[in-house]
Amino acid sequence: MLSRPDKLWTLTEADIEALEIGSAILGTGGGGNPYIGKLRARQALRAGHTLSVIKMEDLPDDAKVVSLGGIGAPLISFERIKEGREGLRCVRALEERLGFKADAIACEEIGGQNAMEPLITASLAGLPVVDGDGMGRAFPEMQMTTYSIYGHRSTPSVMCDPHGNVVIFDHAISEKWHERMARACVISQGGASTLASAPMSGAFVKQFSIPDSYTKAVALGRAVIEARQRHADPIAAICEMESGRVCFTGKIKDLKRHLKGGFVTGEAIIEGFDGCNDQTAAVLIQNENLVFKRDGVVEIAVPDLIIILDIDTGNAITTEMLRYGQRVAVVALPCHPLLRTPEALEVVGPKGFGFDDIAYRPMQADEPTQGSAT
Amino acid sequence: MYRLGIDVGGTNTDAVVMHDREVLAGVKAATTEDVTSGVLEALENVLSKAGVDRAKIANVMIGTTHFTNAVIERKHISPVAAIRLGLPATACLPPMVDWPQDLREAAGDLGYLVRGGYEFDGREIAPLDGEEIDRIADDILAKKISTASISSVFSPINRQMELDARDRLLKKCPDLQVVLSSDIGRIGLLERESAAIMNASLLALSARTVDAFAGALKSTGLHCPFFITQNDGTLMDAAMVKRFPVLTFASGPTNSMRGAAFLTGIKNGIVVDIGGTTTDVGALQLGFPRQAATVVDIGGVRTNFRMPDVFSIGLGGGSLVRRGPDGAVTVGPQSVGYRLTREALVFGGDTLTATDIAVALGEADIGDKSRIASVDADLAQGARVAMTAMLEAAVERSRISPEPLPVIAVGGGSILMPNRLGDLEVLRPDHFAVANAVGAAIAQISGEVDRIYSLENGLTRESCLKQAEEEATEKAIGAGADAATIEVIEREDVPLAYLPGNATRIHVKVVGEMGGGDALPA
Repeated sequence: MLSRPDKLWTLTEADIEALEIGSAILGTGGGGNPYIGKLRARQALRAGHTLSVIKMEDLPDDAKVVSLGGIGAPLISFERIKEGREGLRCVRALEERLGFKADAIACEEIGGQNAMEPLITASLAGLPVVDGDGMGRAFPEMQMTTYSIYGHRSTPSVMCDPHGNVVIFDHAISEKWHERMARACVISQGGASTLASAPMSGAFVKQFSIPDSYTKAVALGRAVIEARQRHADPIAAICEMESGRVCFTGKIKDLKRHLKGGFVTGEAIIEGFDGCNDQTAAVLIQNENLVFKRDGVVEIAVPDLIIILDIDTGNAITTEMLRYGQRVAVVALPCHPLLRTPEALEVVGPKGFGFDDIAYRPMQADEPTQGSAT
Repeated sequence: MYRLGIDVGGTNTDAVVMHDREVLAGVKAATTEDVTSGVLEALENVLSKAGVDRAKIANVMIGTTHFTNAVIERKHISPVAAIRLGLPATACLPPMVDWPQDLREAAGDLGYLVRGGYEFDGREIAPLDGEEIDRIADDILAKKISTASISSVFSPINRQMELDARDRLLKKCPDLQVVLSSDIGRIGLLERESAAIMNASLLALSARTVDAFAGALKSTGLHCPFFITQNDGTLMDAAMVKRFPVLTFASGPTNSMRGAAFLTGIKNGIVVDIGGTTTDVGALQLGFPRQAATVVDIGGVRTNFRMPDVFSIGLGGGSLVRRGPDGAVTVGPQSVGYRLTREALVFGGDTLTATDIAVALGEADIGDKSRIASVDADLAQGARVAMTAMLEAAVERSRISPEPLPVIAVGGGSILMPNRLGDLEVLRPDHFAVANAVGAAIAQISGEVDRIYSLENGLTRESCLKQAEEEATEKAIGAGADAATIEVIEREDVPLAYLPGNATRIHVKVVGEMGGGDALPA
């Protein structure tokens, strides 16, 4: 019922190239580099599969939607590349376990690597991907999706590895428990697996997904590519498209990175130039960029998006690729209102990441920043 | 002790003779199609200019862009059996999947996927499928392929399966040349595998080229050992280059930056290498070029070599100078290039070039000054302003701190450089035009370790770093470094996200002076 071609957007190789750039931007420093996923999506296209996206409003209320994504360490997926059909095995096993047929695939996380996996799996299954996602950016843990925050119970879920192992998490007493058990399982599967969660109804997805994620990510990527072609400023193009702003421009002066419970945490110190002379910025990191401070004062905090971009190319720099001396722009984009409710902030606000002393103050699209570079 | 440095570039072959830290003579010759005759000419000229007995030359160091250019131009590439050990993982992206079609075809487009490889923690993904290796060996024999590459998943952590697969191949194909990815690259399967395949495809060319270098040296009466510089500014011996030609990629900019550091004694600064068509700008940190953080594209292929972070702009001695309809003066990016000595005004040609402007402003004294009398002062000033702005912007991009770092101008076109750039002082060392050959002459020996460690069972970050450092030092000494001069130049640990058990990726690199009693004073 969902395969009416007039309702579907079919992605081209050029769209995939743009999605690679756009999803890296929305990765807010984490989420992994989407390059490998881009190649896989391109291979799927070249093998004759169709990468199709369905608008949220065209999704029937009673549609059964399976959300999926990669889980594990991004670096591992650059070395032990996937077998390729892990996601499909997840969907099939879930269907068998629950006795249903999936109508569409949903995306957990549009930021970084996980933008590509739903497209690839959906193309192999002959299903469309919903134009939305559960984060509108990247977050480190599974319970941090709007799906989980607004009441979806993600078990029973299925996790698959390249070997053919299929693990069903039949029931978790909370989303946090699901995350914890999945994390333990992914290690024994080699550190990079694919996980599909219990199906959601079309009605739920329409109400609680961050809308238009693929449209937005592809448009962001296109804006960067077009700005480069015109020799215009790609960073300005990003801000214009997402009602964001350049908070800071400067050079990385110091990087502190350490491990805390399996996560990279740390801080990037940026010394200002251009409009930010004599100012120092700090970006606090827990896999993603979470808090932006100017001269010690918090200006932007999670869940609003904080993105560190190479000042010349407009390429997003992931936290693992930050290096001393890089010339960067820090860009802030407002997050979707679904991430700003009290129940969402409980999970994905500063307190959700242990910043108990930081109160979330939503950035305004048109709010001028003192000492702003623009 | 005397040493001779040669840089074989796309346009020029430069050579210098050095005695300890002193440059005795430097010359430029045109690079020739066969490479050999250009090298011969440069060698003869520099030896006679230096007036040194050739028997006293202890070492010859060569920098060359020959192998990079072969890939870029798709010339002299041999077909390769590209074998990957990793199934059932990695099946979705076969070898060379992201290569440009023409290069993939030049390299034979023969990818083989085999069961094997390792997980991040050293477990086997699957045992090596030896029978499949035998079938590939039959195919190699049938197709008369002479080189193969083997890349196993996580071979930087454990290379045993690559070794086993090679031994099994050699049983059926004893004459096959085999390149192992663990010998070449770091974590990142596609990039490391691509480097191994490229390396294998260049083996025949590297054998010919190294023999040509050896022949040129011999016929010049130089019987000393010779070395070739790699992309990090350190040396490989001839046997090593025959096996690993890809390691010379990007050695050109590295040599000119290292040469600039040496000629000025400056360890932290910005190097501006101005040629005929382009200017390369890069930063020196502790006497070595700052490395690019991102993957580097060579001939359209992503690799993860450590390469200098060099920024190029279209400005050189041959850049065309023009006034637009709005009166604005532009310089470059079009250039007369190697035709500079025929086409520039001062050399009797009809084209106004950046070099003519430098002469018109009295900043350089070359060619026939009378020929630029007609260049109006306003145009010359406009061009000067444009060139300075271009150089300033490029230098600003490479600046790594607000401290007033010195700027070192090298290369044949460095007459275009003003004496100051904004708040930065510009240095123009002696022998600036042959800084790249100097960089080759002073190159050092390195050892490197890049691996994921699991910080468990009493292993700490410090003990792992120490272990990596010792292993890197052993590698450097094994390659010919003098143990007393070894120092650590890169020491980095990046914790891996999402993995408990505290997995961390450690990268250590050490360098030392070439052994054999020829150590440079510190």
